[in-house]
Amino acid sequence: MAAVSRRVLFSLQTLRPLVRDVQPRNVHSAAPLSSAMGVPVSRPEGRTTATLIPGDGVGPELCQVVLDVFKSAGVPLDFKEYHLTELYAPRSDSLEDVVESIKENGLCLKGILATPDHSSDGDLKTLNMKLRDELDLYANVVHIKSLPGLNVRHKNVDMVVIREQTEGEYSALEHESVAGVVECLKIMTRDKCRRIAKFAFDYAVKNGRKKVTAVHKANIMKLGDGLFLKQCQEVAEMYPNIEFNNMIIDNCTMQMVSNPHQFDVLVLPNLYGNIVDNLAAGLVGGAGVVAGASYSSKCVVFEPGARHTFSEAVGKNVANPTAMLLASANMLNHVNLQYYGDMIQNAVDRVIRVGKVRTKDIGGHSTTFDFARAVIGNLRH
Amino acid sequence: MAGLCRSALNLLRSSGARQLSTDVRTVTLIPGDGIGPEISAAVQKIFSAAEVPIAWEEVDVTPVKGPDGKFGIPPAAIESVNRNGIGLKGPLMTPVGKGHRSLNLAIRKEFNLYANVRPCRSVEGYETLYRDVDVVTIRENTEGEYSGIEHEIVDGVVQSIKLITEPASRRVAEYAFQYARSNGRSKVTAVHKANIMRMSDGLFLRCCRETAEKNPDIKFEEKYLDTVCLNMVQDPSQYDVLVMPNLYGDILSDLCAGLVGGLGLTPSGNIGEGGAVFESVHGTAPDIAGLDKANPTALLLSAVMMLRYMDMHKHASVIEQACFETIKEGNFRTGDLGGSAKCSEFTDEICRKISDS
Repeated sequence: MAAVSRRVLFSLQTLRPLVRDVQPRNVHSAAPLSSAMGVPVSRPEGRTTATLIPGDGVGPELCQVVLDVFKSAGVPLDFKEYHLTELYAPRSDSLEDVVESIKENGLCLKGILATPDHSSDGDLKTLNMKLRDELDLYANVVHIKSLPGLNVRHKNVDMVVIREQTEGEYSALEHESVAGVVECLKIMTRDKCRRIAKFAFDYAVKNGRKKVTAVHKANIMKLGDGLFLKQCQEVAEMYPNIEFNNMIIDNCTMQMVSNPHQFDVLVLPNLYGNIVDNLAAGLVGGAGVVAGASYSSKCVVFEPGARHTFSEAVGKNVANPTAMLLASANMLNHVNLQYYGDMIQNAVDRVIRVGKVRTKDIGGHSTTFDFARAVIGNLRH
Repeated sequence: MAGLCRSALNLLRSSGARQLSTDVRTVTLIPGDGIGPEISAAVQKIFSAAEVPIAWEEVDVTPVKGPDGKFGIPPAAIESVNRNGIGLKGPLMTPVGKGHRSLNLAIRKEFNLYANVRPCRSVEGYETLYRDVDVVTIRENTEGEYSGIEHEIVDGVVQSIKLITEPASRRVAEYAFQYARSNGRSKVTAVHKANIMRMSDGLFLRCCRETAEKNPDIKFEEKYLDTVCLNMVQDPSQYDVLVMPNLYGDILSDLCAGLVGGLGLTPSGNIGEGGAVFESVHGTAPDIAGLDKANPTALLLSAVMMLRYMDMHKHASVIEQACFETIKEGNFRTGDLGGSAKCSEFTDEICRKISDS
């Protein structure tokens, strides 16, 4: 009896966000509904503040592009910039300040933080992990969508990869039992598995998606990944309108390169999420064109979807700002600055579709500046 | 000159523990379940057409109840592989349900097969989106994430242990360089995630680096797993031989197989200290078992790998060429490659090509 009432309670809880968001905001959609229908989006009053972490590698260059585009578009948003890096700790702003700022703003645009193989103080946790843990950024969402105009092998790919990113293999619990024998712990907890599963299904409902696929390796890691799979299955029962299936990670990667169209929303534990994010980004044009976001229950960090610092290109003016610009557009949509979000998104789409200005990674010869200039030239008020 | 050196080296190696390739050698054959027997028969037929000096010793690995009450591989089969040092294995069904250990795993454990080698090459004539794939994944096969050590610490909290040891990491790294050299490859890439798992993958990476220093003739690079996945689907031609821990190898080898058209076309070899078992990694396909519809390519290419392992390079090339030629021509393709030929027709065509050559 108690079990039944608990289940009813649970399904009630899941229903609530549904009811609240009758009108989907469609944060990640490439062509927002309102603009498609030609209805003008209102231009909001007042200004918003967001935290900006340029990061390492080409991050600062790309963030400069975002700043330039925002300025030209007249976006009423101010950035509070922090220099966070693990490469040279003394030059980094303190993590506490950054966390404080993101908590205060609830909003952050972030480049990529480099994660060296060894930290200066022998810490096993990377700065990225610390930031995620401090803010409890548990869900990473990457919308993989083919950009019209790009010349890639796979066309019309459209899927969402949702990754748990606060536990699993990224727990930084390692020790050398005896010389030459290292144990690395992968931690899976019921609560966090359930939380990400629920997030994935809520996301699917909210964004009109049909199917959720849980990706795992429960045939080998029967307890750890088994727990994840079980939670996904249990949550799936509460969403009868969303189709649910599961797939083993190695098969998933094989399917993804041969038939990526079978996927809709994928939900994965940490490491598998990292793998599939990158693999899927490769399908649609690489790390330079895919935007992502990390969510906690209180704040959102918008960032490129496949995390590569591209450090070999620093200062060469060749990096592709598309991912960063799309992430920033998503950020604007998230805080009801959709007028500007659409403007930037459309400008980027147009530049890529026309194809005259392309950076090297997507088969062109243009520089980062050229691309930025082209986007600015395509901003339509 | 280099070729001469290599053949001299091969001769040296084969005259040691192994015999010279002119002798008839015995190989243990595990036909497997489902389509296994048909494709094994196809391979045997092709081998006799090519007059490969190999005698087959067929064994059955259906689990038997041991003296301890547990089900396991029959002792006769174990003896056979131990005696011959080389086996060829068709697909095995993993019994669903608890209590049974996967037979594949049992065989791996029994013979201490520490490295899994999976060459993936684009097959001419069978078009996929990727044309220029030619990579070899070498995967550590005894530890890592698949150590099988897991427990629930408190209710709802599970801890799985990934175990990385120096001897096992070094052993697979050394094999990777050895493989690269004896197969005329120029580069080894260590795939890791040492930025996240700084100690465990760090140890693996260190072993690879140290081994690389001892093998200056082979180029060495290290890449993050996510970077490799991203690059692999964009431009697979930049990779050659990849060496990595267990889980990453599992994932990447299947990814690469996906690039060239699936598991029906990719061979696989498991290298151990006392011997090696070559196998096809596809399923048992019970729906077409016995209907003469199966595609024996994966097992045949595994057998070709086996021949190369046994230094029978000439026979290997003849069979491989006949197989690729047949697929390329496209007159005798099996159903999975979009044709309508029977397994036996495909096999006969390969045999005909071999006897013509």
